Formats: sequence, structure tokens, C-alpha cells
Amino acid sequence: MDVDASPTDLTNEATDRIVPVRSGPARSGAGRWLSSWVPPFVVFLAVIGLWYAVSYLLLTQDRRFLVPPPHWVVQVGFLDWFNLQELLDALLLSARVAFLGLGIAIVVGVTLAVAMSQARWVERSLYPYAVILQTIPILALVPMFGFWFGFGLTSRVLVCVLIALFPIIANTFFGLQSVNQEQHDLFTLHGAGRLTRLRKLQFPAALPSIFTGLRISAGLSVIGAIVGDFFFKQGEPGIGILIDLYRARLQSEQLFAAVVLSSLLGVVVFWFFGFLARRVVGGWHESARDPAQ
Amino acid sequence: MPQETAAPTLVVGGVHKRFPDGTAALGGVDLRVAPGEFVSVVGPSGCGKSTLLRIVSGLSEASEGAVEVRTDEVGYVFQDPTLLPWRTVQANVELFAELRGLAIDERRRRASEAIKLVGLSDFASHRPRALSGGMRMRVSLARSLTLQPELFLFDEPFGSLDEITRERLNDELLQLYLTRRFAALFVTHSVTEAVFLSSRVVVLSGRPGRTSGSFEVPFEYPRSPRLRFAPEFSRIASQVSGRLRAVEDDHGPHAAAAG
Repeated sequence: MDVDASPTDLTNEATDRIVPVRSGPARSGAGRWLSSWVPPFVVFLAVIGLWYAVSYLLLTQDRRFLVPPPHWVVQVGFLDWFNLQELLDALLLSARVAFLGLGIAIVVGVTLAVAMSQARWVERSLYPYAVILQTIPILALVPMFGFWFGFGLTSRVLVCVLIALFPIIANTFFGLQSVNQEQHDLFTLHGAGRLTRLRKLQFPAALPSIFTGLRISAGLSVIGAIVGDFFFKQGEPGIGILIDLYRARLQSEQLFAAVVLSSLLGVVVFWFFGFLARRVVGGWHESARDPAQ
Repeated sequence: MPQETAAPTLVVGGVHKRFPDGTAALGGVDLRVAPGEFVSVVGPSGCGKSTLLRIVSGLSEASEGAVEVRTDEVGYVFQDPTLLPWRTVQANVELFAELRGLAIDERRRRASEAIKLVGLSDFASHRPRALSGGMRMRVSLARSLTLQPELFLFDEPFGSLDEITRERLNDELLQLYLTRRFAALFVTHSVTEAVFLSSRVVVLSGRPGRTSGSFEVPFEYPRSPRLRFAPEFSRIASQVSGRLRAVEDDHGPHAAAAG
């Protein structure tokens, strides 16, 4: 620049006119952190505010138990050690049911999807039933499980499996089918067998899709565990049983605390699979980079 | 550098292809490629150029006619680089050797050598998404080089690249050709590309494609990028273009003038 500088050079004048502009992509780490956390936090505050408004402005004192203000919920549900203990024990039980169900659904779902991807006749025979599984009201089957398997862990886990199975089958299957013809041709040209093709081409290609299915199913399995609780009330109480119990006893603070905790379980599970997806396929696939997940 | 005296690496004789739905894709293709010869195939869209390569590679079968490939090792480069997005450049280039069951050390060595040959050593640990279109195509080339094929089939490999990148890759491909001396059957839409790369250009007629002309390109290798501006180059290119226009207009004069 010095070499070309001359008295008529407009560089200085131009520099003076430079005004700070909003720099989108070049934001600092702290800026990014703020921009991704501040808006949801504001919404959170707004929801809490609304909650208080409903408790104190909409409800009279004798009806306030219908929507107890947040600090009551925290005090009674979370700060009272006995109550919290009860909630956490129940949550742990429901989580165990959900994870067991999810685990079985993953094994069964992936196995079925792989089988369907390997032979057209398997696909033709099984896929219609997988779809039916998705369309029948599983809740309608739940009482039958009690009938057959008793009202304990087995039935609860089965509910989770049934409710979580379809997204895993569907997403895994479509992921395995997503490989394009030219990539298949490459493997054919170099004499790859069925297993090699599955292991080195189809399965890795299906991973993003599998993770999408996992995330959906993980959320569903938590729902399944709570639904199972509503129906099968024998044995140790899961969080669903507690929710029902608190409702019946009009213990609304604990009821709200239980709902918050079970929601948290869903969120944590969803977040965990998002995190896992980012770790496993984030390096090469767009879907796992969605900041919302 | 045709070596006409040696037994040809590839002979395609009277190849026809009809698909099960009745469409005829190829209506009589004859061509031969001598060891170390670079032959390009041009033709109107849909004339079955890609089908021809699929038949030569064994991915598809001819309905009629014969294909004779006198080598065990055939490289096939698609228009799409077809890299596996989850693998690094190094792992992508190792893939073919891996599928063939070569020992790890050997395939690493071959892949590194091929990556170096296409000038991507600094990117060996990158994933394809981090690379430009031209670089991805180089990776695809390197992957095929690892098996040291004696015959290369190219299906419009540079068709989706911009003009500058395409010319640069043409230059690089010729470098590779001179280093490895493979025989090549190169399908392309671009007459300039065909004339620049090959020692012979074969023109196919419109669908169903049949051999409709063959043009010798008498320039010596190595070829300078400036060759594209030589009057003689333009003359040959316009001859090929003329024939191509003729077959596009009336589906071909059907001059059975295969090389």
C-alpha cells in the first residue's frame, strides 16, 4: 500500500468512513454462546412469568393448587429431601424400563431392517406389519400385555419396545437403501460380497438416518415407560404411578415436580442421542450438525 | 501412442443393447483400444455412451455382440466421484485395494503413492466434504490408480466441473497417463476434451448409439496445454463437431468407420 500511496490516495478517507458492521459468520465464541442461549432463556423466563401470572392473577387462593406457583413446586418437590427421594427413585425405575425397552427395540429394529434390506421377500413380508405396528393404537394392546405377562417389568418394557420399534425399523431400513447405484456399482466391480457391502457401504451410509430414528424412539420409549406405569401399577412405583398418585391426592406441587422431572428425562435422552450423533457422524454428515439438536 | 501391432486391450464388436422395456440403447458399436492407447467416445445425449462403459466393465451385459477385455485390472471412473463421505481421503483411496483383500501395509503404500501422484498428500486426512469438486475427482482417480489398471474407463469424469478446473484436470490426467501408460476409453460430451486427451476420437450416433466415425488425433504426447489453441487442433475438433452435428441432426449418416 505504501508504494502506491500518493497525495491523492483516497485510502485514508475511505478508512475514516469504515463503520462497524454486523458480522454474521465471524462472531466470537462468546457471541455465539450468547446468541444461542439468551433467546431460549428469555422464553424460559416468559413461561415462568406466565406461570406465576396464572397462579396469582387467574386463580383465587383456594383454587391455587390447580397451578401452584413455581417456587412452591421447587420447595415441596425438589427441596424437600423425602419428596425428592421418592421422585428420583420412581424416575430411576421408569428410566430403567425406558432404556431396557429402547435397547431391545434397537436390537430388534436394526436386525429386522437389515434383514429387509438384504432380501426383497423379507421386506415384502415384514414391512406392511411394521407399518401396521405404527398405525394400531398401542395403548389398546397394553391391557392385553397385562393379561399375558402380568403387571410387572416385562409388560412395561414390552410397551416401550412396541412404541419405540417403528422409527428404528423405518429409519434404519431407509438409511440402508439410501446408497446410490454408482456406489453399489463400485463395490460390485471390486467383487464385494453381501456382508462387505453391508459393513463398509450400507451401514455407515445409514448411520445418520439410524440416529434420527434413535432420537425419535428414545423420546417415545420414555413416553412408553410412563404409559406403562399408568396401566401396570404393581411392584415398585415408576414416575407415571407417582403422577397418578399425586393427582389422586391433590398433591399438585409434587405432581408438577414429577411432570418436570419426567420431561427432563425425555430431554436428556433426546440430547444424549443428538450428542452421540454429532460425535459419530457429525464429521461428515449435515444432519448431525443441526444446532437445534 | 497406439501400438497397433500389439493385441488390443479392448475389443468391442457389434455390441447392441436393448433394455427389458424394449428401448434400444446401443445399435452396433465397434471399437478397439490398443495397449496404452487413449480413445475418447463422443456422442449426442442419450446415445448409450455410459451403457457402453457398463457393458465393457461387466456391470451390464450386451444383448448382442462381443466384448473382449485383455486385462484383469480395469479402472472405472464415474461422473460422480462416488467417494464415501465417512472416510478420509486416505481411507477412500484405500477402498479398492481393501475390497480386493490386499494387506494393510501394501494398500497404505499404494494409496499414499496414488494420493501423492494426484497432488493431495496434504489432504490425506481430510474428509471429502472439505474438498472442492476438482479435488474430489482427483481422489476418485487416485482410488482407481491403486489397482494399477491396464485399462481405464472414464464416464464423463469432469462433466460437472467448471471449465478451468476441467482443463487443469485434463492436463493432470495426461500426466498420469504418461506415468502409468494405461489404455483408456474416455466418454465425454466435450469435443475439445476428447481431442486434447486422446489419440483417437470415436463418434457415436444418436440413440440407439452406433459407431459413426473415428478421427485420428496425430499430436505427440506429452501435450502442452497450449495445444488447445493450435490451428490443427481446431481443425480436428471442428471435424469431430461436424460429424457430431450430422448424427444429431438425422441420427447419423451411419458411416461405419470404426477404428
